[in-house]
Amino acid sequence: MKISISKIIIFSFVIFLLSVFWMGLKINNNYDTKSLVGNKISKFHLIEIYDDAQHISEDDLKKKKFTLINFFASWCAPCRTEHKYLLKLSKERKKIKIIGINFKDKKNNAINFLEELGDPYSFVGKDSEGRISILFGIYGIPESILVDSNLTIIKKIVGPIDQIQYDEILKITK
Amino acid sequence: MKLKIFILLFYVLSVGLTHSSENQTKLLEIYKNLRCLVCQGQSIADSNSDFAATIKLVVEDQFNEGKTEDEIYSFLISKYGEWIVYQPTFNKNNFLLWVLPYLIFIFGGFIIFLIVRKTKYNRVN
Repeated sequence: MKISISKIIIFSFVIFLLSVFWMGLKINNNYDTKSLVGNKISKFHLIEIYDDAQHISEDDLKKKKFTLINFFASWCAPCRTEHKYLLKLSKERKKIKIIGINFKDKKNNAINFLEELGDPYSFVGKDSEGRISILFGIYGIPESILVDSNLTIIKKIVGPIDQIQYDEILKITK
Repeated sequence: MKLKIFILLFYVLSVGLTHSSENQTKLLEIYKNLRCLVCQGQSIADSNSDFAATIKLVVEDQFNEGKTEDEIYSFLISKYGEWIVYQPTFNKNNFLLWVLPYLIFIFGGFIIFLIVRKTKYNRVN
């Protein structure tokens, strides 16, 4: 039986295309910014929500072994659900510094939010226009970033912290 | 004298407006090349979402600081990955995306060449 070269080429090309499409189906297409893990955080300058004279920068994060940077807002419902885990974390893991960044919020509303639910943060900075959130690759809140004393991102949590995420943070910071 | 002052004022204002309009056009061009990550198929230019508004602010800041278009894209890619730009850069992960159309084009040409040659051969015989 004679098989022409063109038929072999067409067959190979079809197999090649099908393999590419099959590989495409296997790839997870859900977008997130977890690829930032392993990168260093950018330089930032954060002014405290209570007192404009107080501020921190990335250098202040080098003093603690771990820092959890949490983006929250009083108008964000999932932020309420994750808040109990942040409070627990602040009590159970003293070696983690928790910094809150209040995202596009009104000062009074943010303060009321923390008075009502408790304040797990050692510093609450304001990001009233959202500019700082872009430095951290944030695209929705709540989001949390765990960094070590070298300012390297070791975990990025997109969405509210739940029991699973909480346990993972405890495991990482053991 | 008054006429001279009026002309000078008119000139300064028109130059200022043209410059500002050029900047706005350039910014709009950049916004159009950026994908809104929280929207369905919209660019930053088309979207009124919170995320798009923040990206617009940051792009404008960097543009006013004198950063080039490529520097702005690089900064955003470093924070959000290649997905944020509509035209990703050529790398090992997406080389097929860039090369495949050319491969298909060459392959199609080759097939047409084979068919034409075969038809001619059949006619001769």
